[in-house]
Amino acid sequence: MSAELIPVYIMGKKHYVPETATILNAFEYAGYQVIRGCGCRGGFCGACATFYRFKDDYKLHVGLACQKVVEPNMYLTQLPFFPANKSLYDMDALEATAQQIIELYPEMMKCMGCNTCAKVCPQELEPMEYVAAAMRGDIKAAAEKSFDCIMCGLCASRCPGELVQYNIGMLARRLYSRYIAPNAQHLASRVLEIKDGKFNDDLEELKSMPKEKLQKVYEERDIEE
Amino acid sequence: MGYLPYMKESIKRVEATRQQRVNETYPRASAEEKKDVLENFHPDYADAGFKEMKFGPNKGERMPNRFADVLEAKSVINPDEIDLDNPDLETDVLVIGGGGAGSAAALLAQENGADVLMTTKLRHGDANTMMAQGGIQAADKEKDSPARHYLDVIGGGHFDNIPELVEALVHDAPLVIKWLEELGVMFDKDEDGRMQTRHGGGTSRKRMHSAKDYSGAAIMRTLRDEVRNKGIEVIEFAPAVELILDDKGQCAGAVLYHLETKKYSVVKAKTTILATGGIGRLHIGGFATTNHYGATADGLVMAYRAGAELAFMDSLQYHPTGSVFPEQTVGLLITEKVRGLGAQEINDEGEEFVNPLETRDVSAASIIRECEGRGKGIETPSGLQGVWLDSPLIDLKHGEGTIEKELPAMVRQFRRFGIDITKEPMLVYPTLHYQNGGILINEEGETGIENLFVAGEAAGGIHGRNRLMGNSLLDIVVFGRRAGRNAAAKVGKVKQGELNLNHVRKYHHELEEAGIKTDRVSPQILPDYTPEETKKKTGLVKTAF
Repeated sequence: MSAELIPVYIMGKKHYVPETATILNAFEYAGYQVIRGCGCRGGFCGACATFYRFKDDYKLHVGLACQKVVEPNMYLTQLPFFPANKSLYDMDALEATAQQIIELYPEMMKCMGCNTCAKVCPQELEPMEYVAAAMRGDIKAAAEKSFDCIMCGLCASRCPGELVQYNIGMLARRLYSRYIAPNAQHLASRVLEIKDGKFNDDLEELKSMPKEKLQKVYEERDIEE
Repeated sequence: MGYLPYMKESIKRVEATRQQRVNETYPRASAEEKKDVLENFHPDYADAGFKEMKFGPNKGERMPNRFADVLEAKSVINPDEIDLDNPDLETDVLVIGGGGAGSAAALLAQENGADVLMTTKLRHGDANTMMAQGGIQAADKEKDSPARHYLDVIGGGHFDNIPELVEALVHDAPLVIKWLEELGVMFDKDEDGRMQTRHGGGTSRKRMHSAKDYSGAAIMRTLRDEVRNKGIEVIEFAPAVELILDDKGQCAGAVLYHLETKKYSVVKAKTTILATGGIGRLHIGGFATTNHYGATADGLVMAYRAGAELAFMDSLQYHPTGSVFPEQTVGLLITEKVRGLGAQEINDEGEEFVNPLETRDVSAASIIRECEGRGKGIETPSGLQGVWLDSPLIDLKHGEGTIEKELPAMVRQFRRFGIDITKEPMLVYPTLHYQNGGILINEEGETGIENLFVAGEAAGGIHGRNRLMGNSLLDIVVFGRRAGRNAAAKVGKVKQGELNLNHVRKYHHELEEAGIKTDRVSPQILPDYTPEETKKKTGLVKTAF
């Protein structure tokens, strides 16, 4: 990299890193072998939640280390793990109601409405909103509003009510998908057909087809518009 | 941030032809045209990138250089220093790997009565599964059938796939979607519950199921949540580094390495399931990769040392559309769903040069030809080449707001770097995405080693020499479930002998016999991204994993 070097503070220690680096690249440039705090390196897994603050400024910021580009005088620390409460449940024995969610996560009633969770969400979600939706029984809204959650832990780490918003969102999505959204009828029918062995002969025929004939059948297959 | 002035000039040429391209379909390549572009431009055909194996089950076959390097290496452990007589943990079924395949396997093994232990290199869920965006295939619509799916899979794989594995894949596909629906995966559906399905490269029917562009994440989050609900024990940050055999040559567990405490532990298991994923972080051929941090082929190395045969390891999948600009996004996957929705690949002159729905190998080779063969790519400041993926076309075809609705992850990722993909195209080039091959399995998930099962990307033979989009999320669940079920069923029949690591000693001997003198050790466990200059400057040279 031929970029300019800028100072950042990794857990308080000053390093000079390329200005084009992401926070994760900066750690690595400085010589850290990241073990915790790095997963998919593409913004999907939530392993690299990072808190930062600028020199001489009180304001706390957050970002994903693999996505956020460094800026001069960042003070950086990662949140590699957060001890989050997760309720255990039997998916076959639930009801898609607010009461069910509250029973599994009673602490959600402690939400103070401060909305700090939304201020620290690197996905720009509004955890308080989806928790509120779950609380009033609008599980569809809770599922949709929490859909893009990567479960990084930042919201829970800052919540004065000690909620673990992302596990509530997870439950809401599973409840919605299992109990509220209608099952796919074509899928249920196809499963029955498969169990009846309806396609076994066709598959046997293809399996034993000589390569040249198979190639021909493949090239000539029609393609759905 | 955003695009540089010379790039904006090029984008103007893309915009100039956009309206005209809305209703045009670029002709699909003929069989001869495909052969020509693959042979001349696909990295699998560049002989300099490969090396012949000198020993082991695949002796005489060619392997990509960087993969050969980790095979031609000593074990990270000294077998004399591992105490096998006092195992730290014992279990019925040991699942190595905490991605989609491992999680599905763990759930099915437990459901079938086994005591299950899962161990994983990073966190449970840190896997390529989490990053898969586009979708999962299954022939569950009226106009479709498992036989049609079979044809697409085997044609896409250039007819090299193992037929029984393809049959298992397409047969189980609707069963897997049903299982996931019941577990509460939030698939994209119509109001009446009908699955919304689309095309992917190489499909003849619209059978790509999705959960927006977080399809893999939606599946992975749900499976992980369910593993937790079922109380299955998971040991994180503890990759397996060698398999353990018994004196009958059966697999009997694994040696784990705890990344943080740097200690080893021995797990004795009746049956073992390897679900360790792929190879991308070895950066075969120097390519950037879409793979997650831990994709360093560890499972393949362990299995090869234990005597398992590998298949199709000379065939890698380069995803046609990896991001090359801005620099922070290099290697980032641009899901194939973008092309499924109608975005086209466009060169510097504003011309389309390949049908957007070709199979991945043909698309990738066509982009490489456009850049390197025809000089019609766009160069980035760091010297990479790319072509435009014209995403704004999607809203023109399907209506304003479609991109925002269908590709929220993608929109967000580029917005972070000042690029609005609803209005501007993305600059792309092929990126190392998937190992088409792996450890050879049969349709039950079994390997040549008794009591060793393999599932997921670590397994080989299902996809032949080219996997279609949406068949990987499918294969991890299909073969994860099969491996889990079969590994559990076998537990009661296992008669275990004395545990040993003699295969590791033998392997070291074979290395020597083959004249390979090296200090390299493997598995690699994690890639090393500290620049050489830093190592020199600060002396912070890391221990070789």
